[in-house]
Amino acid sequence: MTFPSSTTTDDTAADSVETTASSGSGPAIVGRSPGQLMWRRFRRDKTGVVSAIIVLAFFLIALLAPVISALYGKDPYTTYGQNQPGLLNEYGYPIAPNGGMSGEFWFGLEPGLGRDVFMQLVYGIRTSLSIAVIVTVITTVIGVVMGITSGYLGGKTDYVIGRVIDTLLAFPSQLFLIVFLPVVEAAIVLPEEETPVWLRYVSICVVLTVLGWATIARLLRAQVLSLRTREFVEAARVTGASPGRVIFKELLPNLWTPIIIQATLALPLYVGAEAGLGFLGVGMTEPTPDWGRMFQVGANVYHSDVTYLIFPGVSMLIFVVAFNLLGDSIRDAFDPKTKR
Amino acid sequence: MTSFLVRRVAGALVILLIISAITFYLFYAIPRDPARAFCGKICQPETLALIRHNLGMDEPLFVQYWHWLVGIFVGREFVQFGECPAPCLGYSFATQEPVFGAIVDRFPVTLSLTVGASVVILAFGILTGMIAAWKVGQPLDKVASASSVIGASLQIYFVGPLLAFYLVDTMQLIPRPSYVPITESPLEWFTHLLLPWVVLSIIFTANYTRMTRSQMVEQLAEDYVRTARAKGMSNRAVFFRFAWRGAMIPIVTIFGVDLATLLGGAIITEQTFSLHGIGELAVRAVQNTDLPMLLGVTIVGAAAIVLLNIVVDVLYAFIDPRVRLG
Repeated sequence: MTFPSSTTTDDTAADSVETTASSGSGPAIVGRSPGQLMWRRFRRDKTGVVSAIIVLAFFLIALLAPVISALYGKDPYTTYGQNQPGLLNEYGYPIAPNGGMSGEFWFGLEPGLGRDVFMQLVYGIRTSLSIAVIVTVITTVIGVVMGITSGYLGGKTDYVIGRVIDTLLAFPSQLFLIVFLPVVEAAIVLPEEETPVWLRYVSICVVLTVLGWATIARLLRAQVLSLRTREFVEAARVTGASPGRVIFKELLPNLWTPIIIQATLALPLYVGAEAGLGFLGVGMTEPTPDWGRMFQVGANVYHSDVTYLIFPGVSMLIFVVAFNLLGDSIRDAFDPKTKR
Repeated sequence: MTSFLVRRVAGALVILLIISAITFYLFYAIPRDPARAFCGKICQPETLALIRHNLGMDEPLFVQYWHWLVGIFVGREFVQFGECPAPCLGYSFATQEPVFGAIVDRFPVTLSLTVGASVVILAFGILTGMIAAWKVGQPLDKVASASSVIGASLQIYFVGPLLAFYLVDTMQLIPRPSYVPITESPLEWFTHLLLPWVVLSIIFTANYTRMTRSQMVEQLAEDYVRTARAKGMSNRAVFFRFAWRGAMIPIVTIFGVDLATLLGGAIITEQTFSLHGIGELAVRAVQNTDLPMLLGVTIVGAAAIVLLNIVVDVLYAFIDPRVRLG
């Protein structure tokens, strides 16, 4: 889990000056907020708009999964292949070609259990996306708080937070992820008991968050360090603004751009990390539909049924590519001067 | 140089000490009890107490940690379980072997995997990045940029089985991935690890292509390059003698950071191709809740990263003469 470090310079201020200057020569002077400017630039970027539509479609599918299930007439839990004869052969593989794709089972059947692949995929998006969104939001909040605190206060606080961040970033997070998952759970569940689904869900979120907040904190710390000495911040301080006012009214408005960019970079990585846990067999447990577990099954059966691997693989590729391109477009829209 | 190394190694040891203390505390403060697991279903309280005593688990946590630390240097003996010779990182009750031995046995697999993948990443990533920078704005550059976006979005657990299906099962171009010791047959070592290397490096290579390209483009706009050109140096010479050196400095930094991720990727790659490396050991230990093994793997993983970061810092000084270690 690395997050590509984005090199964003704060030039929103410079940019708005430029726009005022150019629009000053025009017939009518229209005042536009940085948000409006960003939106106008974004709309002109075709790749960005297409990616945004794809990403939105994924979120819609996740939200509307029960509706899709009702329309399609199947659910992700019923083992159709085992209930109806003639769908799976004696080894548990779909009889029909291409993983059992047919008018009835659009994307085929799961080898072994015989569940519907399309439904698994649709409900699987919910698991992966919701974990990724939750973790992105919490890591961003923690990262912002820690980064600003560290950068603004400086001194001993900065030293301590800085060392914690360095340590967290230097370690093999994938290893720590799988190692600490059972620890978090074992702290709550007795060894004899079965881990409930919600607990696995929460512990995945907790572990991903603990290991993930450091990236954004480091980035914001650096930003705050450079902003802190700028004239407008000093002016605010000299006129007697409280630290709270300086942070929320002076610093934070200048930090939205790196925060949003970093969050868009992080989300697809969490989708991948969550699926990676499922693949390693330490992620979401049965029967909750999960992409990672689909990969795990897919990797076991690919010799005989490669189709089962292709559906989650291609879906995830489309999502991650779209989200990465969207992130790039957002970065361009916020920060048109950054060269890529 | 020497004083730098001494200081860095001392700092690394302190970090490892902290990490091991935290990990130890987290692992042994939880109610999951290795003694109970070993004792089995029908467990008399006396037997359990005896096992706990033999494992030294009836003592306070910090005493246990102290025993663990001392064990690294002098070894330990677990009555009725077995001996754990000097560097003893603990004794795995699930697999009935010393943790350090199990890790050492599997170390060559993970080492071969990560070193091979690093070579592929650096060689291929830097090469394509250079080509893209050389032909900046031309079709070749655009192809390199587009494929790097897709490459960076791929997942090991998807590409791995997919490539194995087409290259190994269907076309039979390369042998099924497995680990053949290099001492046994260097050629087979190479061919059997080729696919894991390629798969592990795919997601990283893209990033290095992109970084190398942008760094080269940036370096070519620097004053010293202009000076060199003004003195009549050819394009080729500027590119290959001057600019690349400047471009490599940030690349080496990022590579140092990526090493940790590479190790994480190795876990998934090992699982994908059933290679019996340290990552696979960790995953199996998680499934068995084999805490001593997990503790050992965590410490060794952390130690590897800390050590490699020192190596990267030293490498720095060789590439960039302005960097002074000290």
